[in-house]
Order: sequence, then C-alpha cells, then structure tokens
Amino acid sequence: MITHPKTEELAQAVALWIDQIRPSLDPRNAFLARVAVNVLGVVGRELAQGPEAEATAARLMADLLGHGGGHAELNAELCAAIRAGDMTVETPGLLAALQAMARDQIAIDQPNYKAEGTPFPA
Amino acid sequence: MTVDVPLSLEKLAVRLGGEGARLDGAQRLSGGASMETWAFAVAGPKGREELILRRRSAPFDPETARSVSLATEAALIRATGAKGALVPPVRHLCDDADGLGEAYVMGRVDGETLGRRIVGDPRFDAVRGKLARQCGEALVPIHATPPPERRNLKVSDAQGELDRYEEVYRATGAERPILELAFQYLRKHIPEPVAPVLLHGDFRNGNLMFDPERGVVAVLDWELSHIGDPAEDMGWICTNSWRFGRPDRPVGGFGDYADLLAGYAAAGGRPVELSRVRFWQMLGSLRWGVMCLTMYLSWANGMEKSVERPMIGRRVSETEADLVVLLEEGL
Repeated sequence: MITHPKTEELAQAVALWIDQIRPSLDPRNAFLARVAVNVLGVVGRELAQGPEAEATAARLMADLLGHGGGHAELNAELCAAIRAGDMTVETPGLLAALQAMARDQIAIDQPNYKAEGTPFPA
Repeated sequence: MTVDVPLSLEKLAVRLGGEGARLDGAQRLSGGASMETWAFAVAGPKGREELILRRRSAPFDPETARSVSLATEAALIRATGAKGALVPPVRHLCDDADGLGEAYVMGRVDGETLGRRIVGDPRFDAVRGKLARQCGEALVPIHATPPPERRNLKVSDAQGELDRYEEVYRATGAERPILELAFQYLRKHIPEPVAPVLLHGDFRNGNLMFDPERGVVAVLDWELSHIGDPAEDMGWICTNSWRFGRPDRPVGGFGDYADLLAGYAAAGGRPVELSRVRFWQMLGSLRWGVMCLTMYLSWANGMEKSVERPMIGRRVSETEADLVVLLEEGL
C-alpha cells in the first residue's frame, strides 16, 4: 500500500477541508456537510479496522457453523440457520459471537454510540 | 414541480390575516428530504401571528411511504386536541388556491425538540425527572381519541408489524444475523392481543416539544399515526436509538419505565405491563434497523441523492448493538 499519503489520510484531508468551508454554508448544506465528514470518518475507520473485524467475524462464524469459508458465504449460511430456527438464543456461543461482531461494527460506524446496557458515565 | 414557498406564503398571509396582512419573515427549518417545515409570521390589522407550515415536497419516499396524508395529519391533531392531547392548534388546511401542494398551517408553540438537549442541556435539569411521567400522561388522551372516520388509518398488531418489517427486510436483500435472530425471537414472544387504539406512531424524543419549566408542551410529527397496541407508543420512546447517549435512562434518555407507566395509569390509561413495553421497545430497535436499510436503498436505487441516506444505512449497526443486548437480557 502507498503510505505517503495513506488512503485514510486522503479521507481525513477531505473531511478537514469540508470542516473549513462549513461555516460559509446555509443551514441545510452545513448539516449535510457534517454528515459528509461523518461518512469520511467511517471510511477511515473501515480502512483501518475493517479487515481485522471481517477476519474475526469470519472466524467466529466458522466456529459456530463448524466449517470454514469466506465471510459472505458464512454470513449467508448463519442467517439461513437462524431463519430456519436451527440456531436460536439458546445456541451455545451464538449471542457471544454476535455480540463481538456487533461491537466491531459499531466501532467502525459510530464509535461514540452508547449501546443498550452501557452504564453512565461509561 | 418546484414551488416558491416564500412567494406562496405571501399570498397565504392575506388569506390568513385578512386585507392588509403581509408575510413577516419565512424560514425553512431543518427537515427531511420529502417533508418541509417552514416557520413564518403574518402581520396584519389583527396583530402578528407566528405560524408553522408543513408541506410535502416529494410525492413518494420510502421513509414516509407508510405515512398519512397531511390532511389526515391535520384531522388527527384536531381530533386528539379536542380530547385534551398536547398538540399545536391547526390554523389552516391548504387547498389548490394556496399553490403549496399538500400542506397545512399550525400555530407555533415555543419549546425545544432536539433530543440531545432534552437529555443533556442543564436548562432541562430541573424538569427532566418529571418528563417520563408526563409522557405517560400525554399518551392517554391520544389513545382515548376515537380514530377519525374515513381516514383509512392502518390497523396493525405485533404479528402484523413483524410480518411487514420482515417482508421489507427480505426485500432489501441484506443479510444480517442479529436482525434475523430478533425477528425469530420476537415471533416467539408476541404478547396477548389487546383492544387496538389510536396511536401517535412516532412517539419518541425528537418528536416531542419540551419547555424547561413545564416539561412536555406538544406532541408533533403525526405522519406515522395508525391503530394498534397502546404499548407500541411506549416502547418506541424507550428504544435506545432515541435516548441520545443515555442508555441508563430508558425513557427517551431522560426517565424510567416506572414513571412512564405510572403516569399513563394515573391519567386514566388502561395499565400496561413493563414486559409489553419491552417487547415493543425491542421491536422498535428492529424496526429502526429495517428503516435504516430502506433509507440506504432509496439512495442506492437513485430515488434520493442526499448524502444523509447512505450514512443512515450505517446506523443499522447501532440497532444490532442494542438488539444483541436485549436478546441476551431476554423478554
């Protein structure tokens, strides 16, 4: 991968520029500009954390399903098993695995989100 | 068709305020892609009146596909208001002569609607402890209002809601294990049916107006009103996506379940069990997750261009983070 600059730095540079011009925008566009900055935050975090999160998820799903495979196939098979009732909240390890996967995903999408059950102050 | 709203409001000012009345300022408030809200004032011989215009700017949008017409919304506000609900006064239902499309005008109520401020702003520290109870009280006259006739309000129960959202979820083509598990789990825990009542349908922190001294002053945004289980309105305001960073305070990020339920019962509502509210709260997280998927899709299929839409798609994971905890806790 090219490092000068890294892809996440490119995203960061655009986000900083949007922040610079934001005060000059009308309220609706200022709001959308803030959303755009958040989008670039997701892009940056996914670039940095996404590959490991996906590998972890694939490993957790492989353990549950008893065989290996790519993330997309394992995910589809897991969804089908849950839908068919072959896996439920009673299935050993299912909720713990889903919990870990959800944690990794929210760390990319909204790292400041306070999920259900989070004590305050966190 | 593009409508010059301020120009149309100038005409409307005369209609509302009489001969000699004029438009005294018009400002679009932040709104969605398909619904516009404008604050404006009419100054005339009878004085100055501060008003709000609600108008639909796009004929169809998946976010609001299930919404009622604005004429129905106005009728609901009038009907519930007559029963004592906290609603703004409907001032005028727009017709073709107004050139504003589907729209109505209501009186402006002062207060705060931004959920994050209700939850965290020190201005609300004194009143915050009373809000959950007031929310319970505020629901009673709404639920006691006979549904207005010939308005075709949708009727649905827990089973119907699960069927509908699962159908929408399947149609998106997304494969999300936690949403799948939530559908399966909720299907096994459907509460006993109850007599359906008129629901606000979007009763959450963000759609309520609060005053720092008086607390709840108005219930807004009636477009998702329908007929169903009274606990649906209670569960939605307890859904964590509307607690604005305070998951420890289950009602809207400001209060406790017990106060919501006690306020409802004390104001004459048929007592509701906490487990029923928790069911609807969990279904609320699932519903919001599916809604986020559809909002992403409205962008993916080119119907919407706003950058907001794909970003909302990434909010599905917040509902998954909440649902997996609720599944662990169990109903």
